[in-house]
Amino acid sequence: MASDSLASELESLRAETIAATAAAADVGALEAVRVGALGKKGSITGLFKGLGGLEPDQRKSQGEALNRVKEEVAAAIEARKAALADAELEARLARETVDVSLPARPAAIGRIHPISQTIEEMIAIFGEMGFNVATGPHIEDDFHNFTALNIPEEHPARQEMDTFYLPERPDGSRQVLRTHTSPVQIRTMQAVAPPIRIIVPGRTFRADYDATHTPMFHQLEGLVIDETTHMGHLKGTLVEFCRAIFGVEELPVRFRASYFPFTEPSAEVDIGCSRKGGELKIGDYDDWLEILGCGMVNPKVLENCGVDSSRYQGYAFGMGVERIAMLKYGIPDLRTFYEADVRWLKHYGFVPLAMPSMVRGL
Amino acid sequence: MKLTLSWLKSHLETERPLEELTHRLSMIGLEVESVEDRGAALEPFTVAHVKEARQHPDADRLRVCIVDTGAEEVQVVCGAPNARTGMKGVFAAAGAFIPGLGQVLKPGTIRGQQSNGMLVSEREMGLSDEHEGIIELPEDAQVGRPFAEVLGLDDPMIDLGITPNRGDCLGVRGIARDLAAAGLGRLKPFDAPPVPGVFASPRRWLRDLPGEAGPLCPYVAGRSFRGVKNGPSPRWLQDRLRAIGLRPISALVDITNFVTMDLGRPLHVFDAAKLRGDLTMRLARRGEEMLALDGKSYALDPSMVVIADETGPQGIGGIMGGELSGVTESTTEVFLEVALFDPVRVARSGRRLGIQSDARYRFERGLDPRSAEWGCEVAARLVQELCGGESSEVVSAGEIPDTGRNLTLRGERVRTLGGIELPLGEQQQILEDLGFSVETQAGDDGGAAGAGGRLVCQVPSWRPDVVDEACLVEEVLRIHGYDHLPTTPSRLDGALPHPAIGLPETRESLARTALAWRGLDEAVTWSFVSGEAAALFGGVPEALRLVNPISSDLDVMRPAVLPCLIQGAGRNVDRGYPDIGLYEVGPQYRDDTPDGQDRVAAGLRTGQAAPRHWAAESRAVDAFDAKGDALAVLGACDAPVANLQVTTDAPAWYHPGQSGVLRLGPTVLANFGVLHPGICARLGLKGPAAGFEVFLDAIPVPKAKAGKAKPPLALAALQPVTRDFAFVVGAEVPAEKAIRAARGADKALIAGVALFDAYQGKGIEDGKKSLALAVTLQPTDKTLTDAELEAVSKKIVAQVEKATGGTLRG
Repeated sequence: MASDSLASELESLRAETIAATAAAADVGALEAVRVGALGKKGSITGLFKGLGGLEPDQRKSQGEALNRVKEEVAAAIEARKAALADAELEARLARETVDVSLPARPAAIGRIHPISQTIEEMIAIFGEMGFNVATGPHIEDDFHNFTALNIPEEHPARQEMDTFYLPERPDGSRQVLRTHTSPVQIRTMQAVAPPIRIIVPGRTFRADYDATHTPMFHQLEGLVIDETTHMGHLKGTLVEFCRAIFGVEELPVRFRASYFPFTEPSAEVDIGCSRKGGELKIGDYDDWLEILGCGMVNPKVLENCGVDSSRYQGYAFGMGVERIAMLKYGIPDLRTFYEADVRWLKHYGFVPLAMPSMVRGL
Repeated sequence: MKLTLSWLKSHLETERPLEELTHRLSMIGLEVESVEDRGAALEPFTVAHVKEARQHPDADRLRVCIVDTGAEEVQVVCGAPNARTGMKGVFAAAGAFIPGLGQVLKPGTIRGQQSNGMLVSEREMGLSDEHEGIIELPEDAQVGRPFAEVLGLDDPMIDLGITPNRGDCLGVRGIARDLAAAGLGRLKPFDAPPVPGVFASPRRWLRDLPGEAGPLCPYVAGRSFRGVKNGPSPRWLQDRLRAIGLRPISALVDITNFVTMDLGRPLHVFDAAKLRGDLTMRLARRGEEMLALDGKSYALDPSMVVIADETGPQGIGGIMGGELSGVTESTTEVFLEVALFDPVRVARSGRRLGIQSDARYRFERGLDPRSAEWGCEVAARLVQELCGGESSEVVSAGEIPDTGRNLTLRGERVRTLGGIELPLGEQQQILEDLGFSVETQAGDDGGAAGAGGRLVCQVPSWRPDVVDEACLVEEVLRIHGYDHLPTTPSRLDGALPHPAIGLPETRESLARTALAWRGLDEAVTWSFVSGEAAALFGGVPEALRLVNPISSDLDVMRPAVLPCLIQGAGRNVDRGYPDIGLYEVGPQYRDDTPDGQDRVAAGLRTGQAAPRHWAAESRAVDAFDAKGDALAVLGACDAPVANLQVTTDAPAWYHPGQSGVLRLGPTVLANFGVLHPGICARLGLKGPAAGFEVFLDAIPVPKAKAGKAKPPLALAALQPVTRDFAFVVGAEVPAEKAIRAARGADKALIAGVALFDAYQGKGIEDGKKSLALAVTLQPTDKTLTDAELEAVSKKIVAQVEKATGGTLRG
């Protein structure tokens, strides 16, 4: 009989405890249930003490039943505990609600100036064609800026350049602000032997200030010197460049005879455009737009730099960086480039996300 | 250089349309800047016959005219006093735009009489201010024909930009020659038959140019004319001059202008009655002055060539004649000057005197020396034709320099330099069409066109610009046409390009990117500033002061980039943008040598550090914003940032107490701090600003490594431990001392030191501050015992106390 009463007591304890577990409203109440049932002095724990007075076979079967109930109750308490924890977390999260329509924290990203961007794009294109960047001083002597480039004193070509002068030195010479990036051609040819393949981006200066001229502007110069480069290579290079920089695959490019003291033969390069309706568009239209000057390096320039003109030849070209930027990015006014107006910089500038690269597209 | 189509056709026999001619001109290097069809605006106006002009029944001053337009008869009410029966006038139909009125003509009724059109005055045509009456055309004007035709305005005007090397194209004939060579017509024969002189010139040419001065005017010729009548020049000549914007003056003056424009040969005519004795080419004498034809008086100096009679200078060589000996309507005796001058001297004298003239423009670009001969004949013929009288024999002084030269064009050179295959015969033809005398020389295989064949070319006298073989190649290529140039792909030495930029450009690019990511906008500003602005930034040597600045605001090369940015920021603030960040990666200048220029990344922030925002701290920009910017640039450029020292000796344009210098020993890599408010104010920037300057060239060049591999990553298996320490130190002690001391306490164990609090105020004695450090310890092989932790803590405390003179805060 003792085993029967034990079994019924066990069953009622089980039912009681499971009910109490389900009813426990918080972790504290649940802990009280656990201690009351499974603690050292717990009701279920107490039943284990009664096992000692039973017959061995009864002890075994009762023991197993007791263990089952203990495990069941323990599992129920654990499950309840997890459920309570979940509910508590949910309640906490509900209390933590914020207004997600509030603006995000400010983290301004600045812009890269269109001149820098355009120069980087030019470097990306000419870099693919094997050109290296060379640079030189902005304050030049007469020889590098003029004489070596076959622009003698009093030559009309020199007078047309609106040169900025620095004070006369004791020896009678005077330095100038370079009127073009071409002196770097001279410095390069003086410093290294051919083959030469350079581009020269940089600041240049002319004493002129109106709607289409600023006293400082940027040029990009190119120079190739070797034994076989001819004018067809010049054309090939510049046609590719014009099409790449403007992203117009079939852009018409034409060469027109012109004159520069430092090249012979000389050419100006036009690209196709349209001016219909006062709007300038680059592409295969019926009009032309002058974009750069170029030519085969004048043998006199080679000789002025100590390069043997009977053996070496090559080409040079030069273009205005601002002009390319204005055409490509639709910037209407040259003077605005230098005003540091943040409204302009944010509008025409570039986020520093990707370095211009031919393989990624310009 | 302006010319009209009909003027061009006086030298060029061609039936090609205008568009083809102008297109080709541009392609061969004579760039067309504009084509003005002056007749286009006059298109609605035609010659009309006034069949009848009777008094308007209801208006005294008006007449009712029946006008025959050639197409129909219309009634027109006209207010002009000269409207009368039988006259020929200019008619505009209803619907025509009247330039002088700026409106479109409408049919209407004037005081009850229908008026369908208008008889116009010169002012209504926009031709002049003449409004006395309607235009009266000659009897023989053909009714119905365009008025432009009658006026000689149906002749398009072409404006060319002639490059400085092509002095020969500063006359219409030179342009025609180039077009003929390009296959667009035939160059008409040059019309300069000798005009025999019928008397000996009473006046001689003399040269007084001893020694080195000789080449300044190597030759001068001329002749005397007598019995001439200097009235207005004929219509055709006046029309041509007017068409290119020259005012007809008198037959003699118009002749000189015409020959200048037609043949590129400047002439001068003196009123011989006003000359005393012979004319001498000589250098001006000190103190001599001359009243020139432009009505201004010029002080001459002994470097200038003058044409002088016994009384003094009557002309400035190659530049301008004198007013006192100039011809007038009453001139009957004339002395002609056809001279050669040194282009460089003409240019220099003209520039010194500030005289721009058509003569100077041509002389300084190089003249055909033979023109001194034919110029005398052309001028004599025109004077006789237009002014009558008699011409003397030619008198001259000096000798025409022999500029004849032969240049050799190797048969293959057009191909090797120009990339175009062109038979030698065609090359020869082009050069001959341009006036070269060409002889072929046989090549190695005996044939002129074969390998080694060459053209020996005698350069025409009017082409001083053609000096070597490359010039000949250019002549052949441009006339053949640049359109024929092959498009040869650019070649790479290998399959892949090499890096295109070096370390300096890489650093500039990295600095730009780093600063943009920190929220600053890149500006590009002038390399020059005002002398006053420069003085605030240490000033510049005299050698960096521009002699001819564009304005006094931009008269010296900038010694720093910041003044430009401060001014730029000031403009933004004034526009209502107080909180901005700007930077520039650009040059600053120390001296005028090739090495006197430094690359700098400079920037500033103004106003509030962050925009007003619900989640952002509101504070003004401060030195630590600028320090962060400077360190970002230095870090991006691979500077040894951890080894930098901070000193407090920033230049005077910073706040003396809120600025610093980042340096490696003596080398200054950057300045940073709050910008000096006084200096900002003087440059137009109000409100707080913090700025920095990083000297990119001063950053040490990293050691060249064998490869790009990074050192192996050694990860500790054990967790790091952090211990906090607070020290009370003198307020003047740099925090960096405490950080360095803590870091140095056990280099193996201490992985990092963070300064997490700096406090001054309540609870801390005056003149002291509290610095709280979090030191991270990274054990490598075993967990630290309490004793070991205690030991290292003691060491840290001891080191910091020693370095700072402070104490651990209890």
